[in-house]
Amino acid sequence: MAGPADLDVAYVARLARINLSEEETNAFQQQLGNVLNYVEKLRQADVSHAETTAHALPIFNVFREDEARDWFTAEQALSNAPRKSKDLFIVPKVVE
Amino acid sequence: MTEKDLPALGIADLQLLLRRKEVSAREAINALQKRIEAVDGEIGAYLSLDIEAAIKEADKANVELPLGGVPLAIKDIISVIGQPCTCGSKILQGYRATYDATVIRKLRAAGAIPFGKTNLDEFAMGSSTENSSVKLTRNPWDLSRVPGGSSGGSAAAVAADIAFGALGSDTGGSIRQPAALSGVVGFKPTYGRVSRFGLVAFASSLDQIGPLTKTVRDAALIMNAIAGHDPQDSTSLNEPLPDYAATLGNDLRGVRLGLPKEYMIEGIDPQVKAAINAAVKQMNSLGAEIIDISLPHTDHAVAVYYILATAEASANLARFDGVRYGHRAENPRGMLDLYGRTRAEGFGPEVKRRIILGTYALSSGYYDAYYLRAQNVCELIRQDFAKAFEKVDALISPTSPVPAFKLGERTADPLQMYLADIFTIAANLAGICGISLPCGFAEVEGHRLPIGLQLLGKPLDETRIFQIAHAYEQSTEWHNARAPIAIARRDA
Repeated sequence: MAGPADLDVAYVARLARINLSEEETNAFQQQLGNVLNYVEKLRQADVSHAETTAHALPIFNVFREDEARDWFTAEQALSNAPRKSKDLFIVPKVVE
Repeated sequence: MTEKDLPALGIADLQLLLRRKEVSAREAINALQKRIEAVDGEIGAYLSLDIEAAIKEADKANVELPLGGVPLAIKDIISVIGQPCTCGSKILQGYRATYDATVIRKLRAAGAIPFGKTNLDEFAMGSSTENSSVKLTRNPWDLSRVPGGSSGGSAAAVAADIAFGALGSDTGGSIRQPAALSGVVGFKPTYGRVSRFGLVAFASSLDQIGPLTKTVRDAALIMNAIAGHDPQDSTSLNEPLPDYAATLGNDLRGVRLGLPKEYMIEGIDPQVKAAINAAVKQMNSLGAEIIDISLPHTDHAVAVYYILATAEASANLARFDGVRYGHRAENPRGMLDLYGRTRAEGFGPEVKRRIILGTYALSSGYYDAYYLRAQNVCELIRQDFAKAFEKVDALISPTSPVPAFKLGERTADPLQMYLADIFTIAANLAGICGISLPCGFAEVEGHRLPIGLQLLGKPLDETRIFQIAHAYEQSTEWHNARAPIAIARRDA
């Protein structure tokens, strides 16, 4: 069974794509350890009669007609881009 | 009515003057701007103002519209076209929204004028507004204390009379808790009642936009404008819309109010407890029947919340990757380096902590132990409320176990900060509606600190919550009390 001791902040930070400093890693390890210890109380609840639901109210799949609507122009979509060129977002090279 | 008295008005009172042509919308904005200049250096409620655009809109305002000519402050996590939307984060420095959120579109259609963006905990993660990476916001009743959070800028602006009304967002109490700590009204609608389109997502199954105002009637007026179905938010409900302001009255005969025993726990400040007990007595004297009830899974709410909300946040905040908008790290060596450094530089500590906790809760091998378990316990919390609402029309509790705490008092220990929301979180988990309104003051170190009363109602039973809250409010004087800084600057 999983427990608070299993948390490896350095590993999870890599999954979450956040470069943490050593200082942050150590602080979070301790702080989130405390939070996970607190969360342990969830094991005491009897969930044998609880259904799993993801939303508070019954909302099912929502459909609409597949019609084109006005939306951003390329210029608007690119208006906050950190780097752009010729209607494109510029990013570092991904493949060699 | 002189210019110096204008900023203290609420929405309904301002509208009266606008419609009688005693004041113009431009004069209202000018009066507000002057007061902001005099007050906000000490409060720190606003992150940005667009007075020029607001005056243009004011000059063509149709004051006969439901909110015609009324300027409103907007939490800086809701998109207003052309204005910044920092979310209190360095990662969105310099960003400008390219569209209006549905609530903004609806406010404009009702004649309101969004004129400024208010401070918040970064991405609405926090209970004191201290997690804002932009600046500190102070409580207008005692400048050494927090305004609450995460909608602390909106709450402080309304409390300091530098806004007629405001919008906030509530994921675990982020409208109600700052309303309580700052001494204003804060309303969280039923999940799905108000569109989230254009609200930067934190925990999508819990987030709702709602009003922070000086009176219950003002909150109902804003709700009239922003509630309703939106094809651009698939979780918004397609249900009939009542006129929330039309049925406000003054008595509580026939109303059954539940007092959950789990909400009057040890650790509640004695002055808060006394104020709530007095309010219950007052509502009883207005005709309400008071019934003791139990919500047995209350003690699990904070734990459930910090698994579900962080799990959703870890997915929602993946979009901040330095590619399409916001901050980007300099000279990246490949994509992973770009992501890792952009997010390390752009996010503050609380946001990083929550993304890591949420990523962990969803990661392979731990999903069942944390996320699924939390979903199941969440269902038990919902069932608690469903059973309670078979016996009562609404529930009463304190909004916060304590009045406003000192700046810096809880920042070192995230768990202590999380427990500040102990009474508000369950309403988001259950998807129900709720309000916080002023019900007294605590005397602490020579300052009067506001105390908030929380009323929780059935899903889509907003009308009843407004009725109960209004009847109580109008039988008291609490909502007429003004913060010391508001009085001092008015009389300066």
